[in-house]
Amino acid sequence: MNEKNANPIDQDRRQFLTASAAMAGVAIAPGVLLYNIAHGKPADQPVSNAVRWGMLIDTNQCREGCDACVKACGEENGFGHGTRETDSQWIRKVELKDMRSGQTKSLPVMCQHCAEPPCVDVCPTGASFKRADGIVLVDRHICIGCRYCMMACPYKARSFVHERITDQNPDVPRGIGCVESCTMCVHRVDRDQQPACVEACAKAGHGAIIFGNLNDPNSEIAKRIAQYATMELRADLKLNLGVRYQGF
Amino acid sequence: MHITYREVEGRSPRYWALLGLIGLFVLIGLGAAWYMEHHGHIVTGMTNQIVWGMPHVFAVFLIVAASGALNAASIASVFGKTAYKPLARLSGLVAVALLAGGLMVLMLDLGRPDRVVVAATYYNFKSVFAWNVFLYTGFFTFVALYLWTMMDSTVGAYGKYAGMAAFIWRLVLTTGTGSIFGFLVARESYSSALLAPMFIVLSFSYGMAVYLLVLIASYVWTGRPLGEALLNRLAKLLGWFIAGALYFVVVFHMTNLYFTKYHGFEKFILVEGGVYTQMFWIGQILLGSVVPMLILFNPKLRASRGLLVTACLLVVLGGLAQMYVTIIGGQAWPLDIFPGWEERSTFFDGVVHPYSPSLPEVLLGIGGVAVALAIVTIGVKVLRFLPESLSDADVDPHAAK
Repeated sequence: MNEKNANPIDQDRRQFLTASAAMAGVAIAPGVLLYNIAHGKPADQPVSNAVRWGMLIDTNQCREGCDACVKACGEENGFGHGTRETDSQWIRKVELKDMRSGQTKSLPVMCQHCAEPPCVDVCPTGASFKRADGIVLVDRHICIGCRYCMMACPYKARSFVHERITDQNPDVPRGIGCVESCTMCVHRVDRDQQPACVEACAKAGHGAIIFGNLNDPNSEIAKRIAQYATMELRADLKLNLGVRYQGF
Repeated sequence: MHITYREVEGRSPRYWALLGLIGLFVLIGLGAAWYMEHHGHIVTGMTNQIVWGMPHVFAVFLIVAASGALNAASIASVFGKTAYKPLARLSGLVAVALLAGGLMVLMLDLGRPDRVVVAATYYNFKSVFAWNVFLYTGFFTFVALYLWTMMDSTVGAYGKYAGMAAFIWRLVLTTGTGSIFGFLVARESYSSALLAPMFIVLSFSYGMAVYLLVLIASYVWTGRPLGEALLNRLAKLLGWFIAGALYFVVVFHMTNLYFTKYHGFEKFILVEGGVYTQMFWIGQILLGSVVPMLILFNPKLRASRGLLVTACLLVVLGGLAQMYVTIIGGQAWPLDIFPGWEERSTFFDGVVHPYSPSLPEVLLGIGGVAVALAIVTIGVKVLRFLPESLSDADVDPHAAK
């Protein structure tokens, strides 16, 4: 027996540390695993339908008059804050008043990223498409600007670019004569970041928008949807939306 | 009955003046399209709320009328009415011309008209619009084949089959056009299977009115005989087509009124919609339907060429009014995303959307009409579409009695 092993205190400490490390590993492992699932896939792999990205908007936390999400969206995606009838608006704050009780609500409305998107159905060239992970996008290389998707969208979520565009964000190419809409900040999502509106809402101290993987029962968004009553806009159309609202 | 077809001479100053005038409008239409393409849709009255504007009103009218312009040919070959046989060639020509004019407007109103080849090479087969691309090309093909059988005696034996194919295709075409709107479940103003049959019956009336105008103009301006009995038949038929169309319009609105959720929209169109309500009652119903029917169902009134032409022009204007109410009125009414709640936003939720057509839009639409007229004007000069005489004695088997 050597001198090192002769010290019973050192031996206990070592055993304690080993056990602690093992327990910590057991505790952290699912989290590490979940982290991988929640953040989709490495950049060099294609998206899959194992993930369905979604948003939950807590209308109790959303403040009337706050448009942090709208501003962040404009800055992130390279358009101004114009509100002319011809301007692009990917996300807007809608102020609601119950016609009978007078109760008011304020909430953001954007592309709802339907599982069965009418815009994708009607697009003649297939420019409107849904990614495997549920994000609905426009391929601006084959959009002919027919605007049929805008006629078909139940949420008025799409915008047509009426004028020539300068100073674009290279992450989000936009072009005159094409239709565009909320991409759920797909360029950020693919880099394991949150959409700009979600970040801005959290930064403003409201945390009214939660983003995550609807397919993962352990994600915060899935847990919240399981715990609280949520609704989909125009639920009568049964489009299975990626965006849900809580607090109605 | 022996009919001799002959080209119009087309050398008179009046012919060239007519062609020049039509050509001028074609150029103005193309100029308007170039202006819109150069600056973007910002120079139109269209917005992100009213996304289909005046060009669609003209385009859809012309495409629907194209199907209806084939009436005379269909009656002759599918229903075997020999009195209509001499009318069939012009019928095919007008049909093709109207479709070409309508499609030109539709294509040049695209946000990216330069990508028209994309529309012809990428297809989403779930899209009604993509189906329509095939319906349009099929219509051109079948009507061209049909005209070939009529104009070349070596293939004349196949005329009946080509006529049948064109007849079925025109019904499918108009079903497709109506379905472009009928499949839009998002909007209260559309989303009805009734739109498909309604567009078919509308096509009968629009197409017949345009056809009659072309027929009368061709014969009067070239000094060829055009019999009263023939015109009388066509005029009565137009009257019945208008009545049929009116019936569908009534059923459409009555059906909507049955559903509580559509009451707001119906009140908007029928009572409180301002320009849309006026266009509906004055344009579509009174001037576009009732007045022409009063003329066409009265034997003395319809015998007057002037009144007959007036009735046809009113049907055309009423048709444009109807398309305006359907296409633009349908978009002006706000989407009801939050039933039971008053809505307010920077994106104009919950409010009736304004729309004023700009000059380039109107000129592009008129350019489409001019293209159709140019095709007819040149067509009757280069090929034998028109019988030398459509006098009663030459056409109506009963007239000689």
